[in-house]
Formats: sequence, C-alpha cells, structure tokens
Amino acid sequence: MRLSACLVLLCLALPATADDLPKGDPARGEVIYDRCLACHSLTRNRTGPKHCGLLGRPAGSVDGFDYSPALRESGIVWDVAALEAFLADPLAVVPETTMGYDGVKDARERADLIAFLAAATPDSPLCR
Amino acid sequence: MSETNSSAIETIGEADDLVLPRRSFFARAGQATLSASAVMLLAGCASGGYSKSADAASAESDVRILNTALGAEQEAVAAYQVGAESGLLSSDVLKVAVQFQGHHKEHADLLAKTVAQLGGQAVEPLARYDLPVDKLKTQADVLQFAAGLEKGAVSAYLGAVPLFGNRDLAKAAASILGDEAMHWAVLRGALGMDPVPVAFVS
Repeated sequence: MRLSACLVLLCLALPATADDLPKGDPARGEVIYDRCLACHSLTRNRTGPKHCGLLGRPAGSVDGFDYSPALRESGIVWDVAALEAFLADPLAVVPETTMGYDGVKDARERADLIAFLAAATPDSPLCR
Repeated sequence: MSETNSSAIETIGEADDLVLPRRSFFARAGQATLSASAVMLLAGCASGGYSKSADAASAESDVRILNTALGAEQEAVAAYQVGAESGLLSSDVLKVAVQFQGHHKEHADLLAKTVAQLGGQAVEPLARYDLPVDKLKTQADVLQFAAGLEKGAVSAYLGAVPLFGNRDLAKAAASILGDEAMHWAVLRGALGMDPVPVAFVS
C-alpha cells in the first residue's frame, strides 16, 4: 500500500471530530457541488449515487445503485472525518473506486462542500 | 459582449427573462469544435502508452476512469435527447442541442473504443435514465439543466486528467474537457449569463 494511502487511512482511524475541521458554509458548498453534477445528484442515482442523507450513511448502501466492490466493501461510514479524507483524495482512500476524480484539494472548499452535503438530509428542502 | 447588438438579441420561448444573443452564440457554435479524428489518433496511442513497470494496474485504473466518463457521456446523450424531444426548444436552440448531443456521442464512442483497446469492458448505456423531466417546464429550464451537466463534465474531466497513468489518455481527456467547456459557455450565453465567468475552471 502506498505511504500516502496509509497516512490517509491512519487519519480516518483517528477520532477526528467536527471541531478538528474548518467550519463549512453550505451556501458556498452548494456552488462547489456544481463540480459533482456530471455524475451526482442529491436526489437521483446517476453515474454516481445520490447524496441526500449521505452524512452518517455506510458507504455502498444506497438502494438501487451499483457500487464498485471496493467502495461497497470499504467499511467506511460517511461521517465528517471520512468525507474530509475521501474528498481530499478519493483514490488514496479507496484505490479501486470508480470515482476517478483527483479530489477537492482546498480544505476550505472541502469544509464548505461537506457542510452542504450535511444539510442535505432526507427531509430537507434540498431533497424534496 | 462586443459581438452582441440589439438586433441579435431575442427573447425566446416561455422564459420572459431569457435573453438570447442567438447569432452571437449559436451561429458560431459549430466552428470551434475539436476534431474527433485527432482525438482518435491520441487514443490510438493508448495501448502503447504504458511503461513496462506501470503496467496492468495502471491500465486497469485508467479503464475505470474511462468507464466512469463513458457512463456520464451516455447519460448526457440521453439528457440532450430529452431536451430535444421536449417541445420546449426553438429551432435554433434545438439545432445546437442536437449538435452538442452529437459531440457527446463522439466522446462516448471514443471512450468505449479506448476501453476495449485497453482490454476492458466498456459500460453499456442504461436502459433508462432518471432525469428531472418534471422540472423542465421552459426552454430556460432545459438550458439551465444542460449547462449544469456541462459544467459538471468540465470539473469531472479536470479531476480525471491528473489520474491517468497514460499521458495520451490525459491529453485526450483534456481535449474533451475543452469541448465541454465550450458547450457550457454557449449555454450560459444563451441563458443571458456571462459565458466565461472565471479565468480558471474548477
């Protein structure tokens, strides 16, 4: 396993809390989410799975979406720390994921994006 | 925009606030597209683009990236089909939508052939796509939806380019990125928005 992947996985294993991460702005995050729209939607499964209700969800668990075995078997639960690590470098965290994307490299942008995703709870207006 | 004048600006469709500098954007929409044959030549180098040490794992990774892009291109073809069949588009806009759909078909064909060339299995188009048809009520809705897909495609290719093990594929992906960016700009212009709002895409 590459060193960078080991480091990312180590970070995943640490008890990071939301307090350890930048506070995100969901409004700015919504703009950043535009980058995801080739493959994702909040409410619909597309090339990637839908994102409503993502926070707290086990990876690979959206009904009706055909995940890569790598993500399905990753054991990841999408809490803030897991999203922070994955969005920074998806292939370092799950090397055989089909999400062939280099990542959101700016910590502020990741925080904003995560704040937007966290706001997209199933009962939120974003998801109706 | 300097090429826009009062005679070239028309309000179209059901969107009263949609100002479309039609001649400015659509008359030129087909003139700057990339040569598919040139991109094909790039892909023709694909199987020889791996060093011996880079290998099968790198090719497998590239196939995964290409297949994800292929899936998105196939959905884009379906989305433009929905737009074209919506009855909401003026004849000029329809012409451009069909042209852009054709580009996505070319991208998809190229990606599928490249996946096969690398020994992979290209993903097939889905039998049905879950598109937000119920939210497309006006021509502006269709244009906005398409612009969002194109912007997303720009970002997706931008995020894929650094990942390819084969630099020929990175170059081909960058070529497609450029085409998606032109689509995005034309669609923004048609919506009366600044067609090129930033110096860098992200």
